[in-house]
Amino acid sequence: MSIFGRKTQETANIIYISHTGDTHQIAVPVGDSVMEGAIKNGIDGIVAECGGSCMCATCHVYVDEAHLALLEPMDDTETEMLNATAAERRPNSRLSCQIKVTQAIDGLIVRMPETQQ
Amino acid sequence: MKGDGVVIAGAGQAGFQLAASLRAEGYEDPIALIGEEPHLPYQRPPLSKAFLAGQQEADAVALRPGAFYEQHRIRLMTGEKAVEIDRAAQRIRLASGASIPYEKLVLAVGARVRELPRNGAVYLRTFDDAVELKQRLESAGDVVVIGGGFIGLEVAAVARSLGKSVTVTEAQSRLMPRVVAPIISEFYRELHTSHGVKISFGPDASSRPADLVVAGIGVIPNVELAAGGGLAVADGIVVDEFLRTEDPNIYAIGDCAAHPNPFAGGRVRIESVQNAVDQARAVAAAIVGRGHPYRAVPWFWTDQFDIKLQMVGLSGGCDRVVTRGNPESGKFSVFYFKDYRLIAVDSINRPGDHMTGRKLLAAGSQPTPEQCGDESVDLKSLV
Repeated sequence: MSIFGRKTQETANIIYISHTGDTHQIAVPVGDSVMEGAIKNGIDGIVAECGGSCMCATCHVYVDEAHLALLEPMDDTETEMLNATAAERRPNSRLSCQIKVTQAIDGLIVRMPETQQ
Repeated sequence: MKGDGVVIAGAGQAGFQLAASLRAEGYEDPIALIGEEPHLPYQRPPLSKAFLAGQQEADAVALRPGAFYEQHRIRLMTGEKAVEIDRAAQRIRLASGASIPYEKLVLAVGARVRELPRNGAVYLRTFDDAVELKQRLESAGDVVVIGGGFIGLEVAAVARSLGKSVTVTEAQSRLMPRVVAPIISEFYRELHTSHGVKISFGPDASSRPADLVVAGIGVIPNVELAAGGGLAVADGIVVDEFLRTEDPNIYAIGDCAAHPNPFAGGRVRIESVQNAVDQARAVAAAIVGRGHPYRAVPWFWTDQFDIKLQMVGLSGGCDRVVTRGNPESGKFSVFYFKDYRLIAVDSINRPGDHMTGRKLLAAGSQPTPEQCGDESVDLKSLV
């Protein structure tokens, strides 16, 4: 019924931890965002209202320290949007729609906040 | 009747969000989500942007994978059209003949494209439209886009990025004429022409042959189901500030809902992801007994080439605009006023202004035009 199929490709492991500690490791295709990895795999805790356009701040995550410096730096739009998160903004806050999955961040751990709205 | 749960007519952004929010609010009764299109609920913005440009796969367009609906006990019925409401019996009949009972019915039926009285033009609203347009673009050499609004300009930008010869024809005298100030229309005229898009203005601009003609001239709300049920319609399904129709068991949300909006100073329909999502949330809250008047701050965005225009508020009816920053630098905002009250802010490469604009409008703050135009004034302090 659904035509939303997918070709196979290279992946990297992203670990999603909910605010209650539920942990899921997902092999996310390289090139997808960390947000897409969550949405497509039924991980709760990331809402992504605007579909990844850096307009809603409902895909907020806390990134583990070991990987934080490996991420591409955030642009002005993400920097400003992070001021609008429902949960506390911390130094390791990022919008997961802006984190592109690459082999270099294999093993990235993101923790979802208690709320996105 | 009680226990029959919620039936949602329309499985777009608003319909999906309502179903998801109901479960998130702890609603346990049945939820039926009925969509005319044969696809999982999906988001429309990428259809005129990344998906059309070939930068995003089809599976990224779906709002959630199919398993989501099963996991949350949402009965998703795709390829089904609701055709008649029996308000007395509280049942909705589908084109296929099925009749579904409801305790609450929510109309999230959206809108359909306005069409020109001509053959050959292609329109863009649905996923199937986008797939066809993408295919036609691949083999087209020259493209004419009729309509210089958001859809037309986004399609033009994608087509030009794919190397096509592109002409935009706009019946009014400037781009996005009903929604942005002239200074922003001009910025976009320069943006498009600097990328090689040809633009012509005026009512006779649209007659021109091309390999591919795409028309983006607006949408018409789908009011027929509501009207057939005896509900009031007036450029949309008429609802109150709680998004209820005159029937206390029937709501309307999203592109189809003509609702009183404090940011418009009257009844409007807003065609945006934000409105669909926030109205869905408001109705979910109402259904579980936590209703409140709908007062969400409207926001919107458009992506054309590498520029994101962020918009907050509704600028229709403005009597004064003030520019903050310099358009020549590619970073500026426009603040719209009506009777000295700030009503909207449009921002290009100034996301700080956009976010402050959301706060100012949500708080009902009254910065002066002079303060908004003065870069030495910290707008955040005026919230």
